[in-house]
Amino acid sequence: MKGALIFRRGASNYHKNKNFLLYYTIMFSQLTDSLESTLKKLRGQGTLSEDNIAESLREVRRAFLEADVSFNVTRDFVNAVKEKALGEEVLLSVSPGQQIVKIINDELTEIMGGTVKEIELGGASPFGIMMVGLQGAGKTTFAGKIALYMRSKKKKKPLLVAADVYRPAAIKQLQVLGKSLGIPVYEEGQGNPVEIIKNAKQYAIDNGHDLVIYDTAGRLQIDDTLMLELEQARDAVKPHEIFFVADAMIGQEAVSVAETFYQKLQFTGVCLSKMDGDTRGGAALSIKKITGVPVVFVGLGEKPSEIDLFHPDRMASRILGMGDVVSLVEKAQSVIEEKDAKDLKKKILNNTFDLNDFLKQLRTIKKMGRIKDLLKLIPGLNKLPLDQFDEKELVYVEAVLSSMTPKERKHPKIIEGSRKKRIAAGSGTTVQRVNQVLTQFTSMKAMFKGIGGMAKKNSGSTVGSNYTPPKQKRKKRR
Amino acid sequence: MGFLSLIKGGLSKTRSALLNEFKGIVGAGKITDETLETLEEHLIKADVGVEAAFILTDALREEALGKSLTNEEVISIMRSEAERLLSNPPPLELKNSPHVILIIGVNGAGKTTTIGKLAARFKKEGKKVLIAAGDTFRAAAIDQLEVWAERAGAELVKHQEASDPAAVAYDACAAAKARGSDVLLIDTAGRLHNKDHLMEELKKMVRVIQKHDPSYPHDIWLVIDGNTGQNTISQTKVFHQSFPLTGLVVTKLDGTARGGSVLSISSSLQIPIRWIGVGEQIDQLVPFEKEEYIEALFEDALSSD
Repeated sequence: MKGALIFRRGASNYHKNKNFLLYYTIMFSQLTDSLESTLKKLRGQGTLSEDNIAESLREVRRAFLEADVSFNVTRDFVNAVKEKALGEEVLLSVSPGQQIVKIINDELTEIMGGTVKEIELGGASPFGIMMVGLQGAGKTTFAGKIALYMRSKKKKKPLLVAADVYRPAAIKQLQVLGKSLGIPVYEEGQGNPVEIIKNAKQYAIDNGHDLVIYDTAGRLQIDDTLMLELEQARDAVKPHEIFFVADAMIGQEAVSVAETFYQKLQFTGVCLSKMDGDTRGGAALSIKKITGVPVVFVGLGEKPSEIDLFHPDRMASRILGMGDVVSLVEKAQSVIEEKDAKDLKKKILNNTFDLNDFLKQLRTIKKMGRIKDLLKLIPGLNKLPLDQFDEKELVYVEAVLSSMTPKERKHPKIIEGSRKKRIAAGSGTTVQRVNQVLTQFTSMKAMFKGIGGMAKKNSGSTVGSNYTPPKQKRKKRR
Repeated sequence: MGFLSLIKGGLSKTRSALLNEFKGIVGAGKITDETLETLEEHLIKADVGVEAAFILTDALREEALGKSLTNEEVISIMRSEAERLLSNPPPLELKNSPHVILIIGVNGAGKTTTIGKLAARFKKEGKKVLIAAGDTFRAAAIDQLEVWAERAGAELVKHQEASDPAAVAYDACAAAKARGSDVLLIDTAGRLHNKDHLMEELKKMVRVIQKHDPSYPHDIWLVIDGNTGQNTISQTKVFHQSFPLTGLVVTKLDGTARGGSVLSISSSLQIPIRWIGVGEQIDQLVPFEKEEYIEALFEDALSSD
């Protein structure tokens, strides 16, 4: 609410005050934060009532609109949350803010579909998937991604079909993509798309493809001629799935676009592209709510392998700006080797952690992506002014470490004046910077010494459990 | 063809339903907080953009809260606020020879199509136009641009796919100078603004072409998909931090989108909206005109009663 109030006051002064950017920054401060402050006063009030939650519901509404959730969906949602919240007891263990957030989160997850939708690849072969959507939504890229996904995860033999005969070089784009993936592409040049699609299916049958992905031209939902063409194509080959591809950054327009595409084609799944951007992706919610069709895939980058199944619960957190711990853990799992984690644990316990290990750790963290993006995934940290974080800091540290000899990294004590000068020159930094890195390391080591000592006292179990890498945990559970 | 008539076609579908409701709200007596909130919601629904909606209703709150106003008065307050928010771009002067324009934006915004249309437009004005195929990343982006260059009657400088885009831009500058081109349009690969390495790549392109002349590029235009919601703000802000943008191009406004979210960001960062894309045809790119845009936003309400 704080942010909202400041914004409102500021907005009318907007012309006198050029510092308008500040208001945006404040406006985008996280919902949970503002809920906390509005609901703090509720503690000990017994139950949540219409009066005492009105302010927080306004916050929810604003956050939703700012996340591009459609206006009607927002209104319905806020009403639903209100209904659920009313009469609930204010628990002592959690703050009322958290309580409301939980209700919201549950409600969101429910709308988003709760569980991951897996595509049932049954039915008559070949299995058909038709990609549809607006221009620039990412249909062609998604067609390639899904083909690759189905080949590697479902052992399918896909055929890509170039049925975008309108956009210049769209066919070539799919051909290049197909070639790089080793997936054949069916095309007939700039022919009639309905015919191309029909012939492609026959080609797939004749050539033993058990999956056909039809890439169609982007079109506006109000273009009746082109929409009719899609209907004809659908009727001609009866694909098992029709995927509506939407740009995750789409605004209020999502409703009008998705509604019409759904009316005409009854698409069966939604693919959200460009989810690796910084959009909150509220459109996902609107599309699901309005059409009832679940989001199946999300696009997470420009590379063909950057595709993932859609996880409704994580999306709920993203829309709310609550961070995404699950994704963070998965990211960590994908880059941290189990053996490395064990080695590290041992080194910390025995206090033999040296600069070689430090460098290794640094590189592992770097593999996970930008520090800024990682921090954003952590609840609470996502409201830090992350724009100020200088990603280069780590580059300097790495440069300094890389300019040391392995011997120096093993025995940092030998690094004296002339060595420091050499390292500074070698890393393109200064002696101060080298000193800084060494100091950081010393204090880190002192901290580890404490941990190690404690762990030994407790027969090593405390640290052991703390440092168990995620992968190992999973194994234990099995 | 006028800008207004072009966007009106698409707009009319959502506009009439929206503004009928709008009339009902305003015409119901005194302006209360509730009226303002409802108005706000309707503006948001019309994709005027969340901020713009708040700014417009805030103006109304300041001047009209508690008063009984007619439709016309209410609309005229919001109109004048919208007029203050927006400004017409300064006249485009292609006085440098070559005048180097860098076109940037996120993936799928419509950069390549926009370049094709711009080339055709400048060509029609009698300019000698050269295009640099700087999107060396996306499959067949170069082929796509080649088609557009041919349609526009412009020359094209290209390298292989996956080559260094900065090198393409550098060569294109040399070619533009040697051939005496009036305008050089440099295409770039789409990139999300939160990808540091891709932003660095773009910065490198700028650094490299500045070796020809420190004044290059004379213009940097950001292409924004008119369907984009609040992310418009983040896109414009972040790109602007790295590159001083001299103009915005809003595409795909021939549908039901109004590109309202561009309204507030254009004004707060003082970057003029230069062009509007209104269709897939080569001539469907028109200069932005403030009066007509506002007209399109409020037209139905004004013509009422």
